[in-house]
Amino acid sequence: MKADREKLVVIGNGMAGISTVEQILKLSGSYDITVFGSEPHPNYNRIMLSYVLDGSKTIEDIILNDLTWYEEHGIKLYTDTTVARIDSMAKQVITEDGASVPYDKVIIATGSNPLMLPVPGCDKQGVVGFRKIEDCSNMMEAAKRYGKAAVIGGGLLGLEAAKGLVSLGMDVTVVHLMEDLMERQLDHQAASMLKAELERQGIRFAMGKQTEELLGQERVEGLRFTDGTELSCDFVVMAAGIKPNIGVAKASGIAVHKGIIVDDYMRTSMHHVYAVGECTEHRGVCYGLVAPLFEQGNVLAKHVCGVHTQPYEGSVVSTKLKISGVDVFSAGEFIEGPAHTVIASQNDWKRTYKKILLRDGKITGAVLFGDVSEAAPLQKMVKEHTEMTDEIYGEVMGGGHCGSGGAARKVLSVESMAGEEIVCGCNGVTKQMIVDAITEQGLKTVDEIKASTGATRSCGGCKPVVEQILQYVLGDEFQTAAKQGICGCTSLSRDEIVAEIRAKGLKTTREVMHVLGWSQPEGCSKCRPALNYYLGMIDPAEHEDEKASRFVNERLHANIQKDGTYTVVPRMYGGVTTPEDLKRIADVSLKYDVKVVKVTGGQRLDLIGVKKEDLPKIWEELDMPSGYAYAKSLRTVKTCVGSQFCRFGTQDSMAMGALLERKFERLDFPAKFKMAVNGCPRNCAESCTKDIGIVGNDGGWEIFIGGNGGIKPRIADSFCKIKTDLELIDICSALIQFYRETGKYLERTSEWVERMGLETIRSAVLDNETQRKELIERVEFALLQVEDPWKKVLEQPGTRRMLYEQV
Amino acid sequence: MENVLSYYPAGTLEDYGAQMGRVVHIGELELAVFHTSTGEMYALDNRSPHPKGGPLAEGIISGHFVYDPLYDWKIDLKEGQVQSPDHGQVRTYPVLVEDGTVKIGIPSESVHTGGSR
Repeated sequence: MKADREKLVVIGNGMAGISTVEQILKLSGSYDITVFGSEPHPNYNRIMLSYVLDGSKTIEDIILNDLTWYEEHGIKLYTDTTVARIDSMAKQVITEDGASVPYDKVIIATGSNPLMLPVPGCDKQGVVGFRKIEDCSNMMEAAKRYGKAAVIGGGLLGLEAAKGLVSLGMDVTVVHLMEDLMERQLDHQAASMLKAELERQGIRFAMGKQTEELLGQERVEGLRFTDGTELSCDFVVMAAGIKPNIGVAKASGIAVHKGIIVDDYMRTSMHHVYAVGECTEHRGVCYGLVAPLFEQGNVLAKHVCGVHTQPYEGSVVSTKLKISGVDVFSAGEFIEGPAHTVIASQNDWKRTYKKILLRDGKITGAVLFGDVSEAAPLQKMVKEHTEMTDEIYGEVMGGGHCGSGGAARKVLSVESMAGEEIVCGCNGVTKQMIVDAITEQGLKTVDEIKASTGATRSCGGCKPVVEQILQYVLGDEFQTAAKQGICGCTSLSRDEIVAEIRAKGLKTTREVMHVLGWSQPEGCSKCRPALNYYLGMIDPAEHEDEKASRFVNERLHANIQKDGTYTVVPRMYGGVTTPEDLKRIADVSLKYDVKVVKVTGGQRLDLIGVKKEDLPKIWEELDMPSGYAYAKSLRTVKTCVGSQFCRFGTQDSMAMGALLERKFERLDFPAKFKMAVNGCPRNCAESCTKDIGIVGNDGGWEIFIGGNGGIKPRIADSFCKIKTDLELIDICSALIQFYRETGKYLERTSEWVERMGLETIRSAVLDNETQRKELIERVEFALLQVEDPWKKVLEQPGTRRMLYEQV
Repeated sequence: MENVLSYYPAGTLEDYGAQMGRVVHIGELELAVFHTSTGEMYALDNRSPHPKGGPLAEGIISGHFVYDPLYDWKIDLKEGQVQSPDHGQVRTYPVLVEDGTVKIGIPSESVHTGGSR
C-alpha cells in the first residue's frame, strides 16, 4: 500500500456511506479507506428489508456489497464497531472500545434511528423498531411465538412492517395518530383507498389514536390510548418515525440541529469532516428516503476527489410503497391549496386514482394509486416543474393520443435529464453511467446494461427509463437492436438462427456459433442449450445431443438443489401408481437415506436430497422410467378419477392421461410442458392452467391450450372440440409439433399462444389437413428417437463414471 | 508463510470429458476440475462465491469460463474471478498433466489428509 495515500474514514456502513465510497472509487484511487459499521453485516439494501420480512427475499438477497468487495477494493471494514467521537486535534477517529484510527478526511454516514415514543412502558420486552436486519429477525421470531401485534405508526415503514407481520401469520393492528395513513405523502382520497386495500389484505386499523402507555409486566401486553381505550397485543413495532443519528457529531463538537448541519457540498462545521444521508440536515431538511442520499453522495464524492460539481441544492422526494399488490406513488406537493390547479381522476371500479397539482401552469406534485405506470415521468416533471401541455396531459392522464407521439415525448424527457440524475434508485446508477456504458462498451440491450451497471437489477422499476435512455442514445439503431439477439453472444433472433441452421445444414452448436459469428466463440449458458434444442428439433435422427450444452439438470437427469444434492422423480403415468411401486419407492428411500419424500403438484412423488453418486444406484433399484421432472419436456399428465369410478365421469380420464403421457414422454420441448385430462367439465384436474388441457364431455373432448399456473398465470384458451379419442391424439400430436417447431427456447405455451395468435395455430393444426398430417409425421419420427435416460446411463458405465462419480 | 506446493494425482486426462467438470477430493479439499474444449485443465474450490454457495463442477463451460449451475454467475477459470456485475473470487490451484496423469498443486498447509489427525 502506498504511504502517501490520504486516509479516508467512513463512519457508517450503510447505503449512504458505501454508495459514496463506490462513487469515490470510480473517480479516484487516491484514498486509503476505512469503514466502521455498528451492525455485524456488510452493506445491505435497507429499503428491501420489508421484502425480507414478507419472505420474498432472504438476507443474502439484499446484500449489496459482500465482504469480498471490501477486500477487492482494499477497504478496511470494522463491523460490529461503533465510533464514539472524532478528535480533530489529533486527527483521529475514536471507537467506543477506545481504539483510534488516524484520518485525513472523515465522512459521517450514521443514518437514523427509529423514534421510540417516550411513553411509559416503551422499554418492555416485545417492543422493537423496524430499521435493521436484527429487527427483521426479531419480528420473524416473534411471529412464531406470539399472535397479536400492534404497529405504532401508519407511515411508509409502519405499513410495510404491518404487511410483513400479516404474511408471517400475525393478527396486526396499525395504530395511527392521524385520520389518514401516510399523511406526509398522500392526500385524503389516496389514503382512504390505501386503507381499504390494506384492510382487504388483512391489516386492522386504529385511526386517530395516540398511545399513552404500554401495558404489561416484563413483556408488553397491550396499549392504552389517550381516549382511555385499550388494545391488547403481545408484540409492538414502533414505526412512528425516524430521527437522525447525530451521536458521533454531537460528541465531537460538530454543529447539529435536528440532524448534522451540512452545506451544499456536504461539509460539516468541522474541517475535513463531511456527512451524508439520513443523519444530515441540509437547508433545514432531514431526508428519510433513499434517492436524496445518492444525490448527496454524488456531490460529496466529486467534491472530495477534487472533481468539479454542481452544489447539492436539495431533493424533490417521491415515495413508493413496497407492498405487493398495493401501488402508491407521490411526489412533490400532494395536498391542494388555493394556489393550485387540480387535475384528478378516480376510478372506483379499477380502484385507481390519479392527481396532478399545478402551480401557475407548472407541475409541482402528483399522487397515484393503483396504477403507477406514469410514476417515472411524473417524478421528473415534478422535479423540473415542467409546464403542463395538452401533450403531457394526454400522456399522463391517458387521453386519446396515439402511442408514437407519446413515445417520442418520453425520449425527449430522457434527453433533457441531467447526467447526474439517479435512474436506478436501488443501486444508485445515474443517467450518465448508463449513457457511458452504452457508448463505451457498445451495449444494445437492457440486459447488457443491467450486467454492466447494475441498473434494473433489484426491483426493476426503472426498466422503462433505462429502455428510453437506450432508445435515445442508439437512435435509429435501437429498433434493430431491441428486437434481436437470443443472448449477448449474437444479434440474431430465434427465427433467423433456425432458418440459417436449416439453410446451411449446420450440425453442432460449435458450427452454428462459428458460422453465424458469435461474439463469444463457445457461447454462454443461455444460447448453448437453446442451440442444442433447435438442432435436435430440426434433425432428430442425426443430431447428437451435446451433454456439455445441457443445463446441469438435463445433463444429469435430476434436479440440482441448492446444497448440490439432487432429486429423483419416477414416472407415475396419469398420476396412478401401484402398491408394489410405492413399496419399492419406500425401500429405496430408506436405503439411500432420502431427506424428504414430497408429493408434487403433478401427482407423483419426489425423492429429495440424493447424493449425485447415488443417483444411478437409485434408478437401478427403482427400475422405473424417469419422470423428466428436471427437463424442458413433458412433465406430467394430471388426471381426475373419471368414468372408471366417479359418478360424474363421462370419459376415462385416467386411461387417456396415461396413454398421452406414455406417448409424448421423453420428447424435447422448448420449455417444460404440462398436460391434464378431465373426465367431465367439473375440471378437477385443472385443465385451465396447463399447456394442453383436455376436458371430457358426454359426446367427446374439448382441448384447451396456453394455460399456466406459474409466474405469469394465464387461463388456457379453448382450442377446439372433437368427438373421438383418435382425433384427440392427432390434434395433440400436431399441436405439440407445431409448438416444438415455432417456439423460442424457454418460451412456455402461454407466451407462445399470445405471440403467434390462436388463429395462426388453429389454421396450422386444424384447418389445413395436409399440414396437420405432416406435423404428426414429424412428431412420430422424433418420438422414434427417444429412450429412457436413466436406463441409458446404467447401460453406459463410461458415462456413469464421467458424469456421476468423483475422480 | 511459505507457499510450498505439493502435487497430488487426480486421475488421467481421459477421465475428464471435453467441456466438462468433475469433482475431486484431496484430503479435506473438494475441488472442481474442468477440462476445456482446447484441452486446458483448471482446478478450483468446488464452491460458488455466491452468498448461497453451491457446487461449480456441474456448470456449463465456455472457453475458460464456467457458468455456475445454480445462480448462473460467470467465473473465469484462470484466476477464479467472478465476472461483472457479480463480485467474488474462487480459489484456484495449478494443474499439471504429466504422461497423461493429471496432478493438482496444493499449498502444503491447506491439506489435511485423512490420517494426519
